[in-house]
Amino acid sequence: MTFYLSALVLGLCLSAMGLGIFITMKIFRIPDITTDGSYTLGAAVTAVALVNGWPLPATLAASVAAGALAGVATGLVHTRLHIEALLAGILVMTGLYSINLSVLGRSNIPLVSVDTIFGRLGVFESTVYNELWVGLVFILVLGSLVAYFLRTDFGIAMRATGSSESMTRAMGVDIRRMKVIGLAVANALTALSGFLVAQYQHFTDINMGIGIVLVGLGSVLIGDAVIRWFGIRGIGWQLLTVVVGCILFQMVLAAALSLGVNPNFLKLVTAVCVLAIVGLPRLLQREVR
Amino acid sequence: MIALEGVGKTFNAGGAAEVRALQPTALYLAAGTFLVLVGGNGSGKTTLLDIVSGALPASGGRVLIKGVDVTALPEHRRSRWVARVFQNPLAGTASDLTVLDNFRLAALRTRAKRLVIGVDEAFRRQVRERIAELGLGLEDKLHQPMGALSGGQRQALTLLMSVMDHTDILLLDEPTAALDPHSARMVLRLADRLIAERKLTAIFITHNLSEAMALGSRLIQLDRGRIVRDLDGAAKRALRLEEMQRWFG
Repeated sequence: MTFYLSALVLGLCLSAMGLGIFITMKIFRIPDITTDGSYTLGAAVTAVALVNGWPLPATLAASVAAGALAGVATGLVHTRLHIEALLAGILVMTGLYSINLSVLGRSNIPLVSVDTIFGRLGVFESTVYNELWVGLVFILVLGSLVAYFLRTDFGIAMRATGSSESMTRAMGVDIRRMKVIGLAVANALTALSGFLVAQYQHFTDINMGIGIVLVGLGSVLIGDAVIRWFGIRGIGWQLLTVVVGCILFQMVLAAALSLGVNPNFLKLVTAVCVLAIVGLPRLLQREVR
Repeated sequence: MIALEGVGKTFNAGGAAEVRALQPTALYLAAGTFLVLVGGNGSGKTTLLDIVSGALPASGGRVLIKGVDVTALPEHRRSRWVARVFQNPLAGTASDLTVLDNFRLAALRTRAKRLVIGVDEAFRRQVRERIAELGLGLEDKLHQPMGALSGGQRQALTLLMSVMDHTDILLLDEPTAALDPHSARMVLRLADRLIAERKLTAIFITHNLSEAMALGSRLIQLDRGRIVRDLDGAAKRALRLEEMQRWFG
């Protein structure tokens, strides 16, 4: 039971990243690989700040700002140098590995004796319930903020940018600026996941972000399937499906582990899961035709 | 209202695939002019429209709107004067957004898009009333994604969207090309009414000579990037369809 609760908490922590990938993938239709780097960046900044005694709000702000800067970098490479978004993300992600290593100062930092957000905001005796509570409150607040943001006039312009650039430009929107802002917001959200997971796992490792974009991608695709099945239209509900997708994805991985899958094969299981999510509907569609 | 001073456009200048899409052109449109542009494929019609809207930078010359030199302004900054209806309804609307959200963005064309929720009951009512005037029953589909509507419905809504905010100039690039005859007639009637009611300066591109005859207060024919005929209102009214057909051989 605790095993699955932990998977649930991890799913909640990764939901922030899922919301970020929702913005890049579903709204802008950009495959943003920066995620791998900005996730670790958020965790690295968190670890260094907490070890050095920074208060939690300042640590949170620094992580978010660092993630946003990573997104701005990708956005500028993409929009100003006219480099494909995929390549721009790969370039920034690769560069971030060195930056993350510089921030950490070594390959990993344990967070054993520091006061984490889960300890600070906890209300229960049980650690796992506190983690669940904090994860729920965090994602509720964050999801509400993102839903509000996307429903504002600015958010409508942002959503329109990915849907029809020609129309959005004709409506007075600076497409390039909008993409940079979108990537900044998305990577700030991803860094937030790094902020949470570092404290949840009590350590930050330079390699913790490798392949994390696939987890986010899989989660958004699960959410996408839910959106299509139920014909969900409201942006708030769509964001909720992303959170559900993140949780389900972690549950599937937890189930695989509890069935005796070697943890060394966890990345392989992740890749196969995403492949199944992407491939199966297409295969079924072809069968129907 | 619109002045083109020696405006031309050359693609791939200096290269093996150089194309002179628009020869250096001088054109002045007084406020309230409804210009109909005709010409064969590759005659430079859409290039001219793109240069006015800012979608394409001119290779030379100056573009002035209301006396302001806008040559260096990108498309999104010219939107304070210019609204546009694209040939493809998909290009002129955001398919994933609801009809209401599309209209919200259109209502803010000349204004800042702020971090406030602007879609309230008053706005909903305003959009519903505007759309109801079309008589297509679309006022009940405000919360549907734009992508769920037909091409004709979308093009009619695009026209309404173009006048949701203040505009001086309306550019219509073959707005009926992708529509069935019934939808095309409906869109044309609407365009004509909106241009007349709001005294807009309009440029309308069409391949349909009957449309070119029926609409507008001035007619220009482009051929290989040059203005080869320029008819004012009286000359346009005196023009016969057969004569116009002879222009195109």
